[in-house]
Amino acid sequence: MSQAKVPTWVNIALIPALNIMLAFLVSGLVILAIGENPIEAAGYLIYGAFGYDEGIGYTLYYATNLIFTGLAVSVAFKGGLFNIGGEGQAYIGGLGVGLVCLSLDHSMPFYVIAPLAIVGAAIFGAAWAYIPAYLQARRGSHIVITTIMFNFIASSLMVYLIVNWLKEDGRMAPNSRTFEENAWLPYLHELLSPLGIDIGDSPLNLTFIWALLCCVFVWGLIWHTRWGYQLRTLGTNPTAARYAGIDTAKVTIWAMLISGGLAGFVGLNEIMGVNHNLLLNFTAGYGFAGIAVALMGRNHPIGIILAAILFGALYQGGAELAFEIPTITPEIVIAIQGLVILFSGALEHMFKDRIEGFFIRRAVA
Amino acid sequence: MFETLILMLDATMRVSTPLIFAALAGLYSERAGIVDIGLEGKILGSAFAAAAAASVFGSAWVGLCFGILASVGLAMIHGFACITHRGDHIVSGVAINTIVAGLTVTLSMYWFGMGGQTPALVGDARFLDITFPFADAMESVPVIGAIYSNLLSGHNILVYLAFAMVPVTYWVIYKTRFGLRLRAVGENPHAVDTAGISVSLIRYRALIICGILCGLAGAYLSTAHNAGFLKDMSAGKGYMALAALIFGKWRPVPVLLACLLFGFLDAVAVRMQGVVIPGIGEVPVQAIEVLPYVLTVLLLAGFIGKAIGPKAIGRPYVKERA
Repeated sequence: MSQAKVPTWVNIALIPALNIMLAFLVSGLVILAIGENPIEAAGYLIYGAFGYDEGIGYTLYYATNLIFTGLAVSVAFKGGLFNIGGEGQAYIGGLGVGLVCLSLDHSMPFYVIAPLAIVGAAIFGAAWAYIPAYLQARRGSHIVITTIMFNFIASSLMVYLIVNWLKEDGRMAPNSRTFEENAWLPYLHELLSPLGIDIGDSPLNLTFIWALLCCVFVWGLIWHTRWGYQLRTLGTNPTAARYAGIDTAKVTIWAMLISGGLAGFVGLNEIMGVNHNLLLNFTAGYGFAGIAVALMGRNHPIGIILAAILFGALYQGGAELAFEIPTITPEIVIAIQGLVILFSGALEHMFKDRIEGFFIRRAVA
Repeated sequence: MFETLILMLDATMRVSTPLIFAALAGLYSERAGIVDIGLEGKILGSAFAAAAAASVFGSAWVGLCFGILASVGLAMIHGFACITHRGDHIVSGVAINTIVAGLTVTLSMYWFGMGGQTPALVGDARFLDITFPFADAMESVPVIGAIYSNLLSGHNILVYLAFAMVPVTYWVIYKTRFGLRLRAVGENPHAVDTAGISVSLIRYRALIICGILCGLAGAYLSTAHNAGFLKDMSAGKGYMALAALIFGKWRPVPVLLACLLFGFLDAVAVRMQGVVIPGIGEVPVQAIEVLPYVLTVLLLAGFIGKAIGPKAIGRPYVKERA
């Protein structure tokens, strides 16, 4: 490889933009194929996501979950680990939040419950990531397979716990009782209305602020601590990391614990912020969507926030789109998400090598 | 007791069939060095294509062809990403699963407008059960009669095909030149390349076979086991097949046994619903449901035997250039 450097903007802007354009182009073709106008569809989508206050609120509410799972995937990625178990970790994280709320909402005020719920989400999420992490680090079992298995185990465990233990007495619906209001995270529109700011009713709640704080935390942790350096070394070159005296097994386990904890915060948003009870399947694919967010966001917190807002906009705009054009279902958003993973993840080398080659040649000439 | 056992084994055969197809599909792919998380997506895609085509053309066989085409198409996308462009195998698999999950619902809404389903399949649009000769006459014979008439007879052709694929796969993998090369590509692609054989070509061929087998699994789900496509009907079968593949240590006969074990556990879970065992109480169905995953994790952890995959698995092959 020559010494000439590829300009930074090519790597962080041009290539991701090109990949996402390609994903949208193919999505447009799909919409065209089902006999609708892609431009019109995009219009509805953008209006639904950003055109009015409630829409923006919903977009940011979806983005909150995606920031957590995106960060979770990227922290593991930085250490060369593929945590595909965000779904299960988020599910169990929600269990932690639910248990804290259910046990304390009669006796404790909000400012006691909220920090404990955060701790509960992190510990439960991290615990669910611990076993795959331990098995990867100490016994060499492949983390991708074990985390997939743990997603299924989490799903069965939650069905068992909710149906047999946590379900409200005398009710058929498989969810716990509704928490008392002192265990609800305040909605942002409630917090802002006394200040005279009207942002419209939406599920957007305090968790969004926590998500942004987590981004700062991850940024500091990965790029400004000794541990972050060890993590990045492990991800870039495990052999070099071992040779440099880094305890790779320990770094692996901690990376997965942090990753699982971050994924667990989805439970905070969904359980304590919006649903106010413990229910089944609240994770709704956010764990897998986090992979797309991390890939698009280039594993950097700022990129992840942008990617999360983009996908949040797709979720919210997709609902609006399905409402305006009944032949299109909200599930098309999942297909678009998959195309983004395909083009900016699996096919990342398709353009990258050529574009980089072009800029290297130009720099040399 | 004996009758219950026969009924449960009968159910096991039906539930195991898609697992066997998909796990063997994964075997071809992974033995050639391509990790295939995308089994799930290929099954789902094929289930949809097969049901859609079967309902339009009124023939299960036409449906099967379309199912296989869809699945092979997805396998080729996987190959294009992983082999040609050296992409990450896991990421590509996740992409395929996600695309299919969204696209099948979108297309079925557009074509059939039934909330993500296809119309119920009747008559020739489904694979019907085959009754063996003299099955009725044999039924009264003790033991053998029950096994012959109720367990072996009375399945659709895809069930028998799935079981037949196991010896075929064994023969292809271990006894043919293609099989030798396929295994070599998964263990040491450099050696294969040195011998003047194209690594990419072998891997693409493995993925075509993988696609065909996943196509059979999907078509079985929507045109034989059920009468039509339902949203997300693969319901994790692709992942369970992956677990069975690992549990069977990437070898055809153990993989078959793993599929049968997982299928049997499923049949047990259905049977045990609400049953109270004296002394133990009611066994939660979920505890039986998770057993395949728990067992696979234990195996991977090296607590029950050791699962060692093909050596070059998941690694793109880069031809050395002078």
